[in-house]
Amino acid sequence: MQADPPPSSSSTAFLAGVRAACQSVMAYVLIGTYIGITALAHDFGFSMWWVMASTMLVWAGPAQVILISSLGVGAAPLEVALAVCLSSARLLPMVMSLLPMLRQPDTPTRKLLLPAHLTAVSMWIECQRLLPAVPRHNRLAFANGLGAAFMAAAHLGTVIGFYLASLLPPLLTAGMLFITPVSFLISTTRNCRLLMDWLALALGLAVGPLLAWQQVGLDILWTGLGAGTAAYAVHRLREALK
Amino acid sequence: MSASPELTAYALLLIVGFLPNEVWRVLGLVAVRGLNEESEIFLWARAVATAVLAAVIAKIVLFPPGTLAAVPLAIRLGAIACGLMAFLLVRRSVFAGVLAAEATLLLGASIWQG
Repeated sequence: MQADPPPSSSSTAFLAGVRAACQSVMAYVLIGTYIGITALAHDFGFSMWWVMASTMLVWAGPAQVILISSLGVGAAPLEVALAVCLSSARLLPMVMSLLPMLRQPDTPTRKLLLPAHLTAVSMWIECQRLLPAVPRHNRLAFANGLGAAFMAAAHLGTVIGFYLASLLPPLLTAGMLFITPVSFLISTTRNCRLLMDWLALALGLAVGPLLAWQQVGLDILWTGLGAGTAAYAVHRLREALK
Repeated sequence: MSASPELTAYALLLIVGFLPNEVWRVLGLVAVRGLNEESEIFLWARAVATAVLAAVIAKIVLFPPGTLAAVPLAIRLGAIACGLMAFLLVRRSVFAGVLAAEATLLLGASIWQG
C-alpha cells in the first residue's frame, strides 16, 4: 500500500479561496443581490434554470438586470446586446488589473481564461484585498476558488429568490436591489490604499451622475476613462515631484 | 421556422447576453499579455476600474432600477450616509455598513409610505 500523495498545492489553494469566499461579506451580498435579480426575472416569466444559466455565462449583476428587464419588455435584440455591452465595459480594466497579480512568468494564457471569466466586481474587490497576502504560485487557484464559491452563492440566492418571489413585498425587493451600490461603495472605500484610489473613487462618484444627467452617451465608460486617468496623472505627478 | 420559446430564450441569452459581455473579459486578457504588476498600465487600469465602479454606484443610487425607484432620493442618500458612518465607527466592517444602510433604507421607506 502506498501512502496517499500529499494534496497538490493548487487544490489546497483553491479550497483556501472557497474558504475566504465563505468568510467574505460579498458572499452574503451576492445571495441578497441574486434574490433581487431572480424576483425580477420571475416577474418577467423567466425560468430558474435560465437565470442560473445567465449567471454562469454572463456573471455580472448589472448586465443581468439589463438583460432580464429589457428582454422581459420585448426590446429588440440588437438594442439589448448594445445595452449589455456598454454596461459591462468595466470588466476590461478589472481583468487588466487582476490578471497580472495572478500570473507567473510561465503561466500559459489558456490558464487565465477561467479567472478572466470569473472576474466580476465582487471577485475583483476581494482579490484586491486578499491576494497581496497569498504566495504568487497559489494565487491563480485561490482566485478560481474565490470566484467559483461566489458564483455558488449567487445560485443559492437564485433558488431562494425563485421560491420567495411571489411572497416578497416590493419594499424588500427594493432593499435587495440597494445591496449592490451600498456594498460596492463601502468595500471600494475599504480597499483604497493610494491617494490615486481615493481620487478615482471621488471623481467617479462626482462625474458619473453629471454625465448621466446630461444624458451623455457611454457615460460610465467616459467617467471611468476621464476620472481614472486624472487620478493616475495626479499620482504620477506626485511621484515625479518627490 | 418557429423554435420553441424556451429554446429562443437560451439562444438570446447566448447572443445578446453572453457574447457582448464576455468580449470585454477577452479583450482584457489579450491586453495584459506580457504585462506584470510593475507595469504602469496595470496601475492606470486599477484607477480606471475604480472610477468606473464609482460611476456605476452613483448611477444605481441616483437612477435606480425597479422597485428601488419608488424609494425617495433623500432616503436613498441618507441610507448611504448611515452605511458609511457605521463602516467607519464599527472597526471598518463592511458588514456593519451594509446592514446599517439597509436598515435605514427599509425603515425610512416604510415610514414614508405611512
